[in-house]
Amino acid sequence: MSYSATAHHDEHHDHPTGIMRWFTTTNHKDIGTMYLIFSLIMFMVGGFMILAVRAELFQPGMQLMQPEFYNQLIGVHALIMIFAALMPAATGFANWMLPLQLGAPDMALPRLNNWGFWLLPPAAILLTLPFALALIGIGDGAIATGWTFYAPLSTQGGIGVDFAIFAVHILGISSVMGSINVIVTIFNMRAPGMTLMKMPIFAWGWLITAFLLIATIPVLAGAVTMLLTDRHFGTHFFSAAGGGDPILFQHLFWFFGHPEVYIVLLPVWGFMPQILQTFSRKPMYGYKAQVYSLWAIGVLSLVVWAHHFFTVGMPIPALVYFMFSTMAISLPLAVLFFCWIATIWRGSMTFETPMLFAIGWIILFGIGGLTGLVLADVAADAQYHHTYFVVAHFHYTLFAGGIMGIMAGVYYWLPKMTGHMYSETLGKWHFWLTAISFNLTFIPQFFLGLAGMPRRIPDYALQFADFNAVSTVAAFVLGLAQLIFIYNVVQCARGGKKATDRVWEGAEGLEWTLPSPPPYHSFTVQPVIK
Amino acid sequence: MATHSENQYFVPTPSLYPVFMSVGILTLASGFIFSINNYNAGNWMMISGAALIVLMTFFWMGKVIAENQSGVYKHWEDKSFRWGMIAFICSEIAFFAAFFGALFYMRIISVPELAGFDPDFTMHKDFTDAWPSLGPGGDVIRYGGALETYAPPSNFSPMGAWGLPAINTLILLISGATITWAHWGLLKNNRKQLVLGMFLTVVLGIAFLLCQAYEYHHAYTDLGLTLGAGAYGSTFFMLTGFHGFHVTLGTIMLIVILLRCMKGHFTPDRHFGFEGVAWYWHFVDVVWLGLFIFVYWL
Ligand code: HEM
Ligand SMILES: [Cu+2]
Repeated sequence: MSYSATAHHDEHHDHPTGIMRWFTTTNHKDIGTMYLIFSLIMFMVGGFMILAVRAELFQPGMQLMQPEFYNQLIGVHALIMIFAALMPAATGFANWMLPLQLGAPDMALPRLNNWGFWLLPPAAILLTLPFALALIGIGDGAIATGWTFYAPLSTQGGIGVDFAIFAVHILGISSVMGSINVIVTIFNMRAPGMTLMKMPIFAWGWLITAFLLIATIPVLAGAVTMLLTDRHFGTHFFSAAGGGDPILFQHLFWFFGHPEVYIVLLPVWGFMPQILQTFSRKPMYGYKAQVYSLWAIGVLSLVVWAHHFFTVGMPIPALVYFMFSTMAISLPLAVLFFCWIATIWRGSMTFETPMLFAIGWIILFGIGGLTGLVLADVAADAQYHHTYFVVAHFHYTLFAGGIMGIMAGVYYWLPKMTGHMYSETLGKWHFWLTAISFNLTFIPQFFLGLAGMPRRIPDYALQFADFNAVSTVAAFVLGLAQLIFIYNVVQCARGGKKATDRVWEGAEGLEWTLPSPPPYHSFTVQPVIK
Repeated sequence: MATHSENQYFVPTPSLYPVFMSVGILTLASGFIFSINNYNAGNWMMISGAALIVLMTFFWMGKVIAENQSGVYKHWEDKSFRWGMIAFICSEIAFFAAFFGALFYMRIISVPELAGFDPDFTMHKDFTDAWPSLGPGGDVIRYGGALETYAPPSNFSPMGAWGLPAINTLILLISGATITWAHWGLLKNNRKQLVLGMFLTVVLGIAFLLCQAYEYHHAYTDLGLTLGAGAYGSTFFMLTGFHGFHVTLGTIMLIVILLRCMKGHFTPDRHFGFEGVAWYWHFVDVVWLGLFIFVYWL
């Protein structure tokens, strides 16, 4: 994604070129680009890992790898996908688009912004290095506890757990720095006249994300710190012998973990209404209702965490409380769904790739939400917990709701960012292949879960064989389909049909008033909003 | 609307500090990991990583101070720093909340539960629900699967609240007052009051840290109170330890601000650097009050 061709817009800078430009940059567009590219690379890395897992699951029995290695792959896959693919993609959009949408000259704290990005590669190194170290005889590989680090498994694990603990710390610092930047930018950098309630809804989505990150990421940091001291320095946070409790870890982890699922989604809920309104050519429905619902979800998400371990043993009143509070989240979520559908209702819709992804996203993410409601039922969850049903549920929310949402955003803004149109034909191929193979991968997993196949186990009983074979084949198609995406994005960055300033006929908002691609420094004089 | 020239937001020039900072953190973290897993090369990595971090902090903050002195930060940028500092302190509060949460969980849930099992079924028949608790004892598996048998230290006594900790509370409260007094001096442009107030605050900060160090020494040598002393020892040292670490950082920042005050930096209407550190100092003060009440006293 290069827009160096437009550097001549600006008379007086002497910023470094070549690789040094990217190391040293304080420009929100450069930093946003780095976040997005990093995210794409890590998406591929995490994808390769899980295709190896699916290959192992193609048939019952142990084929390709040892169980320990299998556990390492699923854990690192999840950590990479959540922390190094989804979250950086959302932050990349925040960097690129918030200043443009708010009419700001840049993010509020540009040097900090650069640091926020450059913390990510070290964290990615820490996550994956143990695989390589094991090859030269240091340690026994990466973290093998799944992404949830549950004690006492994690207090006993090898060097991989230590690496993951510090990776999480560094990712946490990066997220907190990014959140501070977003909060400050939104409060302090809006164009004159843009009141909070006139702000693009993407900014609201990100503001609440940042609020959740500030409230929960430090708790995760605290939890893994206790893990570290329990492992190496003799503390007893998670050991009953000393008066602690392994379940304490689950509380701390999910106090972060549940809001985290909204952290990765709120930015998407922010820009999706903008895409829907653009391609329906009518104003977004229920702006205020959406803002209040986003806040309601954000705040509620802080008080429902224990629905992730209903089966661990809890007093009945606690079960009831966590069940009903979890279900309460579906009310504001339903308001959002209503607004999204009302936005496209009777619009003059066209179905360019971003819109295809957006419509597919509504449906598939809807399935994710509804199956969540099933899991929130304490009695039902006793059956479904830790089965493939949960795996399917959270892939409908995280892959469909998260990644496919991000892809809608990529197609929507790519012409603005690069100045070129991507190939619509390839985009449509990408969408249909992704949507179909995604469903073929994960619908079987719902049935597998209902039939009782446990997650995080490399082998399974014979009666699960057919569904698993289907799921594996579809997963490989899904993986291959993403190569189309990468090709399309790279081609678009390199050239192609010139994009207009407005790009899309129905696009509204300050970012579309700038040239495509926007000049290196945009809005050095802020526009005035009436 | 304001004209072009007075409405330009200052975007700092490209900088290598953040990248080096990240390299320093990567080196420090991996060095630490190697060293706690008994690879001695880790120690050297830690030292060089830490040195790089210190060096970069020095240059980075120096650059910010120089930018500030050259007058590129106006009212608009100032507001950004204020919002940023508030958000940062909120994240610090959340960090301490995790450890307070662990403390409350142990006191309210896990210790009573361990003590409440039916005597016919539990191995720890005489473990009672009382705080401070060292836990019932038993097997613990540490990293790499190392099995260890934990027995609660028998010579243990808890840290009383009304000796040194009370004095420390007083020290921190007074330091909160002296820094506010210094701030008033700054507002009135009374530089003598400013420098004296800052100086007193630094002295009190260092006094606090010395008392804390003595207290730790006392805990280990006389009270049998160690990091490994069950629920009480774990929460006691992690909470007071992280607080002490924050006081250390705060004191270093106070010293920097004191030196800047002595050099004549800050004016009555433009002094975010001073205020940011003062907010931070009040924050560690408030955390200490929480510690004093819930860790030492109740
Ligand atoms: C109305 C909406 C939702 C409800 C009621 C809900 C409910 C639940 C429940 C009860 C579980 C625990 C299941 C179990 O382990 O037995 C769960 C797991 C999970 N959910 Fe959701 N969920 C909702 C939306 C989401 C969203 C939006 C995301 C992500 C973006 C998400 C991601 C996850 C993940 C990652 C897990 C599994 C974590 C693990 O154990 O590794 N959920 N959900
Ligand atoms: Cu949840």
